[in-house]
Amino acid sequence: MTEPVFSWIGKALPRKEDPALLTGQARFIDDLEPVAGLRHVAIVRSPHAHGRIRSIDVDSALAMHGVDAVVTGSDIAAILKPIPSVVRTPIRYMPVGVDKVRFAGEPVAVVVASDRYLAEDAAEQVSVEIDPLDPVVGPVAAMCDTAPLLHEDADSNCVSFRTFRYGDPDTAFARAARTVSLDYTFHRYASTPIETYGVIAHAEKAPDRYTVWSNFQGPFVLHPLMAGALGVAGNRLRLITAPASGGSFGIKQAIFGYILLLSAVSRLTGHPVKWVEDRLEHLTASSAAAERVGRIDGAFDENGTLTGLRFDNIANMGAYLRPPEPASVYRMHAASNGCYRVPHIAVENRLVVTNTLPVGLNRGYGGPQFFFALERLIDCAARKLGFDPVELRRQNFLRKEAFPYTTPGGATFDSSDYDKAMDMLLAAADYKGLKERRADVRRAGNYFGIGFACGIEPSGSNMAYVSLAQTPEERAKAGPKSGGNASATIEMDPSGSVTVQLCSTPNGQGHATVAAQIVAQALAINPADIDVVTDIDTRNDAWSISSGNYSNRFAAAVTGAIVTCADRVSMRLRKIAAELFECAVDDVELADGKVRIKGIPNRALPVKRVAAAAHWHPDGLPDGLDAGLTETAIIHSETLTAPDDHDRVSSAVTYGIVFDLAAVSIAPDTGKMTVEKYVSVHDVGNQLNPLVVEGQILGGFAHGVGGAMYEELSYDTDGNPLNGTFADYRCPTAMEVPPVTVRHLTTPSEKSLLGSKGLGDGSSMTTPAALANAVADALGREDITLPLTPPTLWRMIHEDIA
Amino acid sequence: MKPVPFDYARPETLEEALALMANYGDDAAPLAGGLSLGPMLNLRLARPAVVVDLGRLALHEIDSLSPDRPVETGALVRQAFLQQRLKADLIMPLVGEALDCIGHYQTRARGTVGGSVAHADPAAELPLCLVTMDGSVWLQSTAGRRNVPATAFFEAALTTARHPDELVAGLEWPDAGEPGTAFAEFALRHGDFAIVAAAAIVRRNDDGRVSGIRLGLGGVEDAPRVFVGSDDAVNNFKDFVEQSMAVLRPTDDPVCDAPYRLALARKLGLAVIVRALERAGLHP
Amino acid sequence: MTILAREQRHSITVKVNGLRYTGMATPRTLLADFLRHELGFKGVHVGCEHAVCGACTILLDGLLARACAIYAVQADDTSVETVEGLGKPEALAPLQAAFQEHHALQCGFCTPGILMSAKAFLDDVATVGVAPTEQQVREMLSGHLCRCTGYDGIVKAILACAEQAIGKSRHESG
Repeated sequence: MTEPVFSWIGKALPRKEDPALLTGQARFIDDLEPVAGLRHVAIVRSPHAHGRIRSIDVDSALAMHGVDAVVTGSDIAAILKPIPSVVRTPIRYMPVGVDKVRFAGEPVAVVVASDRYLAEDAAEQVSVEIDPLDPVVGPVAAMCDTAPLLHEDADSNCVSFRTFRYGDPDTAFARAARTVSLDYTFHRYASTPIETYGVIAHAEKAPDRYTVWSNFQGPFVLHPLMAGALGVAGNRLRLITAPASGGSFGIKQAIFGYILLLSAVSRLTGHPVKWVEDRLEHLTASSAAAERVGRIDGAFDENGTLTGLRFDNIANMGAYLRPPEPASVYRMHAASNGCYRVPHIAVENRLVVTNTLPVGLNRGYGGPQFFFALERLIDCAARKLGFDPVELRRQNFLRKEAFPYTTPGGATFDSSDYDKAMDMLLAAADYKGLKERRADVRRAGNYFGIGFACGIEPSGSNMAYVSLAQTPEERAKAGPKSGGNASATIEMDPSGSVTVQLCSTPNGQGHATVAAQIVAQALAINPADIDVVTDIDTRNDAWSISSGNYSNRFAAAVTGAIVTCADRVSMRLRKIAAELFECAVDDVELADGKVRIKGIPNRALPVKRVAAAAHWHPDGLPDGLDAGLTETAIIHSETLTAPDDHDRVSSAVTYGIVFDLAAVSIAPDTGKMTVEKYVSVHDVGNQLNPLVVEGQILGGFAHGVGGAMYEELSYDTDGNPLNGTFADYRCPTAMEVPPVTVRHLTTPSEKSLLGSKGLGDGSSMTTPAALANAVADALGREDITLPLTPPTLWRMIHEDIA
Repeated sequence: MKPVPFDYARPETLEEALALMANYGDDAAPLAGGLSLGPMLNLRLARPAVVVDLGRLALHEIDSLSPDRPVETGALVRQAFLQQRLKADLIMPLVGEALDCIGHYQTRARGTVGGSVAHADPAAELPLCLVTMDGSVWLQSTAGRRNVPATAFFEAALTTARHPDELVAGLEWPDAGEPGTAFAEFALRHGDFAIVAAAAIVRRNDDGRVSGIRLGLGGVEDAPRVFVGSDDAVNNFKDFVEQSMAVLRPTDDPVCDAPYRLALARKLGLAVIVRALERAGLHP
Repeated sequence: MTILAREQRHSITVKVNGLRYTGMATPRTLLADFLRHELGFKGVHVGCEHAVCGACTILLDGLLARACAIYAVQADDTSVETVEGLGKPEALAPLQAAFQEHHALQCGFCTPGILMSAKAFLDDVATVGVAPTEQQVREMLSGHLCRCTGYDGIVKAILACAEQAIGKSRHESG
């Protein structure tokens, strides 16, 4: 009897993580006291958006009870090197202002005290004299010749300008029967996990090493950058993540600046130091998704066939180009065609620095901005060209026969069936019924609109895509880069119990559960008996530059490492057993916790008996087998090659889909928008755990709703942030997130070992576009800006009436 | 965000509390449910020398026994407790309806009626009800007790007629027991402070005839305001609302501008009047 | 009358989940910090320190409270319930089990506060004896922020428990 192919994989298994989390036993960064003699820090921050630091007087703070030290930016600059950018610009990132401050909330000094309360008291007494300079907040204003320059070493606030041509876009536009253009802005918001940043840094003297505990989420490509900034070899920077992390959605990438800051403070003061970010600090000084100002043009023939696309992107990067930026601008680049067959594409990217907080990873990472441009253009074009938005999309969708499909930008889309997904979307939404309802509502003089957004979900990033910010010549000089490898370690100890070590640093995505399902499947044991360790210690664990939790990489890439590793352990068990049974390896199978000969159930040994042999009796092992049962697999997807000389890059492993339909009504007298129906069709390939898949999709949708309707990190014209608390940064509550109907199309990916595709960004990328399209349809206008708050919508309606 | 250091005093009696207030005045921050003061302390926006914890004072009574007198609530009556009592006793339907809109299940559990009134957020529900119902605030100091009409108590945003040495001891809610009341508000999220809140009461004479109307509006200006109309205003309530709108000077801020606030005030004002009339058995 | 000086640490005695604990706190020590760092109840999570996100929600003398907006000195001689008192990892309380079953948590950081609110809410439901609507559950939940789940699983878990609570109260009264 053979096991069914998927006995554990694919099951909606309740999560292993939950019992600890539900009982208050899970340990987050603020719960850790890993080293004796901890001091606590408070960070002194600039109240000005732009200015020159004249002096910092620390004397009265130093004299206060409980204060050990006050460290200023210039103290830190003595031992911390600024971090260069992949963009060839003189701009360097420092986690603390040294001569200048460039955004309100930027650190300028750090107080070290015996507790956080005293540290905050002393921080108030640090007297920072700043000569204010004119600030510039918006990216377009920042590009003006007269704009104040943020970084004097650069000759412009526009720190990178690159143009890309795929095919012959100029001819496509010249010959187009119709062209449609859309100017847009995309606002700034952030994922704001409920747990903020936390760092504990210990600069040890002997061995000479920095050991840092934090809730960093990767990517670990930042590790060599951090070691370089600290001026130490990589093995002198030991990063350890907390066992549990209270959400990230990308934003805990940018904690690396604080890892450096705290490391330097620990080195300078001789104390291990702890800092937990407060909510005000998080909302004003951590990281935001990039604000965009852009224009998109589409060239269509007389049948509505899309022949060319032109993107003109201006991205507000905030005050610095903080690594891995400008990745947010390039993440979707190779997939600039979206779901469509469009041979000719032009892209112009201007990266602009302003006196606002630096951008970084946030859920969707570049996706919400990209789909807001492309999918708004398609709905807008449908209205202008006289098509139903569905028909215009169908006219241009990639056909299912086209997969695997290489895009003009160089991405390889693995699999899907867009027409079928659209069928499912329309059926689940009752599109015909919605259109009838829209007509009825409009006849009554009210506002009702339907909007679409069809997105693809790149997963498992090629670490090299960000080097598109360099010219091919610059890339050649720097040396080729490619890939996004993933690793896992499985250890079967002498008692036969299994420990799995991952380097995917999850923040709530259930990686431990899914990893246990995969390993249980391969080793024919129960997932409940498998211990999965997801906290990383760079000193002890297998990791590489692409380790971490970002870009939906778990199902697309990390699972491959787990499968490979588990298969190797399985093979070793079978080889040992084959020697004991004196039979061929192929005749040995693992089932029900036993290693046995196929077809002869009574010729079986408990797995633990075979495991014991591997540890206790290495001399008896078959030739070529090492003692013990530990395997580490580091895998790399062959799809992820280096960018070519024509700026084409295979930027991700799998490309799931997110097709959304939104129907909304708007109350004319209050501007309140009600989401009447929302349907989302996903193709995540094979589902490894449907419970986890559903959770990711619903969560991504909630983030999309927040960004589309409620959340904004805004500034006044002086660069003062206006949203410092959860009372004025309005995340949606259970009363605001509307119901969503989810449907699944399943086309297994051939690029991942289990046929799964990455997911997680999900509708966070498409919901802003879908809701904006629905509002554009309802109001009959295209100048839609987010968030779609009642006052904003009321004003638009009122302008129209006036 | 941790507060500045403060001394902590927990009086057991009102007399002790008043002595502290007399001693410290503006340097004392009275603490009830803490849902307004706590965040302000943590953000270091409030920097009192002493926090006077009123939590153990005997100001938890609700006196609604006599139909001829206003309902009296001690300052420390918790919002959730009042909510349950009003529903059980079928009194003060306006306040009952407003309480459903105040903050969240969690904040109403601890939040007190006196704390909300003393804090005086311009959009807060209970101050609006008190003003609309023509209620009053009992202020007490070591010098004695005084009763301030709600319309005089709320002076501006977070500014009241309370003297630094006084405490809000209790609230008086004139409740004629009529069903013709309605409350509505509009907020950006459920449980947020309203952008605009509106309350209406249709009053009757002893003979059952309508004698007048009271329309309260909160969040529009920096303090809640009530408009009082005669029986004529009931018949021409749309004019009454328009006349009220003409008087308002709405707040303008980055989230909501003045024209939007005014539009909401008009909509909600009309809506609560219509609902109050319907509930009074009058069909507008 | 109790008067405590700002610079001094004062002895505070609190009953937590049925057992008495004594620790030290200055007047400004947040109850959340006291429970976490002085008494070791790390399940009380801090997400905003301005009484909005709800992660630190506990029961204080039976009433829901934001432990970040209350000071430890206020809790002297009171009784506190935290997530640690609900159930054990090996024996989850029905509410916790429902959260696991309905995937009502992902990162789990907001979860302890939500569980305490849900407990109070379900106690109310059992007292009233009427099943809450989904809308009522959502209204109750609006006092908490969760960024992972979109709230759906949480709503389902609480509704499922409400059914049980009603059934149980009917059984007991009948």
